[in-house]
Amino acid sequence: MDKPAALDTFSHFETPEGVVLTMSVAGPVTRALAWLVDAVIRYSIVFAIAIVGSTLGNLGNGLLFLTIFLMEWLYPVVFEVLKGATPGKKQLGLAVVHADGTPLTWSSSLIRNLLRAVDFLPFLYGLGLLSMLIHPQFKRLGDMAAGTLVVHVTANGKRRAIPKTEPLPLQMVLSANEERAILDFAERSEQLSPSRADELAQHVVQALIERGYVNSTAGESASQTLVRIANSLVRS
Amino acid sequence: MKQQQFESQYQATWQQFEEMLDELESSKKISRSMASFPALYRAVCSHYAIANERHYSSALCGVLHSLAVRGQRQLYRHRGHWLWRFAHFLLFGFPGVVWRHRGVVLLALGLFWLPAFAMGLAAYWFPDSIYMITDGYNVAQFETMYDPGNEHLGRRENRAAESNFAMFGYYIMNNVGIGFRTFAGGMLLGLGSIFFLVFNGLQIGGVAGYLTWRGYIETFWGFVAGHSAFELTAICICGAAGLLLGKALWMPGRLSRMQSLRAAAKDAVQLLLGGMLLLVMAAFVEAYWSPLNSVPAFVKYVVGASLWLLLILYFVVAGGWRESR
Repeated sequence: MDKPAALDTFSHFETPEGVVLTMSVAGPVTRALAWLVDAVIRYSIVFAIAIVGSTLGNLGNGLLFLTIFLMEWLYPVVFEVLKGATPGKKQLGLAVVHADGTPLTWSSSLIRNLLRAVDFLPFLYGLGLLSMLIHPQFKRLGDMAAGTLVVHVTANGKRRAIPKTEPLPLQMVLSANEERAILDFAERSEQLSPSRADELAQHVVQALIERGYVNSTAGESASQTLVRIANSLVRS
Repeated sequence: MKQQQFESQYQATWQQFEEMLDELESSKKISRSMASFPALYRAVCSHYAIANERHYSSALCGVLHSLAVRGQRQLYRHRGHWLWRFAHFLLFGFPGVVWRHRGVVLLALGLFWLPAFAMGLAAYWFPDSIYMITDGYNVAQFETMYDPGNEHLGRRENRAAESNFAMFGYYIMNNVGIGFRTFAGGMLLGLGSIFFLVFNGLQIGGVAGYLTWRGYIETFWGFVAGHSAFELTAICICGAAGLLLGKALWMPGRLSRMQSLRAAAKDAVQLLLGGMLLLVMAAFVEAYWSPLNSVPAFVKYVVGASLWLLLILYFVVAGGWRESR
């Protein structure tokens, strides 16, 4: 594609099957919130072990040290590899993947998480934030070395069907993008309030009538007309 | 083909694929056969491409896109039995990667051992120089720890096994943390790793020289002999992993700096994992073997020296042998 680079946060990659898939990369604020949730979880666990451990004497001390170590270094690694995201990231709908969309391996997760020690410098992820702000895909240093991305997980929402009505065939063929716009409108029409739907449809229907794609449509609202046109597009 | 025909023709395929995905994504045991999964995945990919090309509605494209993304995440997952991979790493992967990068490993060893020797000799000849690297409080701590007049060694001798466990936990947290930071410092153009290596060399050498001057020979050297091979080598290997990142940033060769960094990180993380295993072993020895007072110092020296020899043999034989084939 020779289009100028769009100013958005999507990351595209082509799979071996020959399709281009798209991921929406997460920015610093969401990631900071996810980190905060994780921090609360991690320190709660350390705190709980400290309380339980205090009744166990030295055994408890050893347990506490081990817990601190595991929470500090390996908590994100284990969750990212086995579950795709830490609990905090999951809470905010994020996942960590390779730049080609595949799930993390142990080695890439270790790289990105152990390098937190550098991203954390000079304090509270200063370098990491700076690097995220500069990088077009919000990568911190660890992400760059590991070749990973933090992305939004798109919800697998059920889509709405186009309301079935009597099809209204057009007199001439629209361009593909125009057809798609009409289809998109029809799929969303039931989510809009009737007056808003009409307001939106009004512009399109008027333009279609003026250019002779449809004959004037008396007796029905603009959104009804547009839905009927959509019906003619999806059904033969 | 109109969108609706297209949908009704393939709806069943998508449905089946989505059910498989749901099952794969849930943590429950997989009951159905997944033999058709790759074929279905390819079909969904091509449907997505077709839907896009024919400009079907964005919602349909969105559904297919999400199916394709989820499918890709499942299909290209990296699998393998962890026990087998662990054994392979221990026997071939780790010594191999150390051998392959022996130049950088030697550099790290030099960055650690030269300051250590220099500071050790300095502290032995001019004991006051110990105060250049640490303060009086720490020096007093070391002295009480290794004072032959104490019945302690490292810590209390009459401590129970659970106190050993406490120290084990402490050594893991502290030493592995140091190792990881030494590695991460490599991201700062290698300078952080150099700093940590030299700094640790100065500290350890200085304390060793100072305590030798004090005449705490059996207590100090006897205590550290056992775990020294694992611990010091591990710190150097973690440092070497960091230097590898630094080298990739300074000298990317014919790659871009990012590509070179990613390539180096693959090997660096193997060095690091091996270093971590060594540190865990060191912590184990340090907590359970080193403080044993019933063992004569001579035996401890012999064990320590054999461990050094074994470790060097491990890298040269297991690493070099692999290389020569």
